[in-house]
Amino acid sequence: MGNGTRLGRVRGLGSSHHGSQHWLQQRLTALGNILLVGFLFVSFLRLPMTDHGAVARWASNPTVALALILMLVSIFWHLRLGLQVLIEDYVHGDGTRLLALVLLNFYAIGGAAYGIFAIVRIALAPAGLAPGGM
Amino acid sequence: MAGNEHGARPRSPHLQVYKWGPHMAVSILHRASGDGLAIVGTGMFLWWLGALAAGPDAYAAFIACVWHDPAGGGFHTVTNLLGKIVLIGLTWAFFQHLFSGLRHFLLDTGAGYELKANKLWSTVVIVGALFATAATWVYIFKEALNG
Repeated sequence: MGNGTRLGRVRGLGSSHHGSQHWLQQRLTALGNILLVGFLFVSFLRLPMTDHGAVARWASNPTVALALILMLVSIFWHLRLGLQVLIEDYVHGDGTRLLALVLLNFYAIGGAAYGIFAIVRIALAPAGLAPGGM
Repeated sequence: MAGNEHGARPRSPHLQVYKWGPHMAVSILHRASGDGLAIVGTGMFLWWLGALAAGPDAYAAFIACVWHDPAGGGFHTVTNLLGKIVLIGLTWAFFQHLFSGLRHFLLDTGAGYELKANKLWSTVVIVGALFATAATWVYIFKEALNG
């Protein structure tokens, strides 16, 4: 790379041919978000949100727990793609941009893992016992 | 105009030369609402989910901080107010990003780029998001008042 020829100078700087994949993944996760966050929104309006027992029973229903896990995957995937573009547009300087993208990936994967683990703890808590610890 | 310097890559014309219209507003609001949901929205959601998993005491502490503290207290009066402002903001960001995203799906098909149609649907997205947010919170506060 960078041996002074025209080809060498552009290598690694132009399109890496992943643009359409990024575009498509953003749309697919957007569709997932419409369905799953829409479900969450309606559930929030219908649930007695201040009642821990009622909300925990709702979240431990296998169908609801599955929907919440899928929602976490969909939204954290979608936000990783969206914030990546934001960083690429506004964060200048190779070092800070790389650092911002690394932090974004840590948050996207770590946040989703934290959320999914919380749902598993709620869903698999022994019957009659409120989930505890943490 | 920028971009004519020798050897420089062409640059986008500066934003100030354009007259602002609903299509520009809806574009930047899509980014702003998406970033708000991504950072503040997921943060609040994970905080809530973690409290739910941690048990009744942690959940009650979360509710007392963000929504309503039955014991009262000056500090929680402030955080309850802030919590509601943040939640109303997130509701608006949700509807704005949802409606704007649906508009993007339509634009992806190649439709809606005519000047009048573009202006109309950009305006509908902005007004619709404000209306849906207001309707949601009228519903929530009515439910809260009725017990």
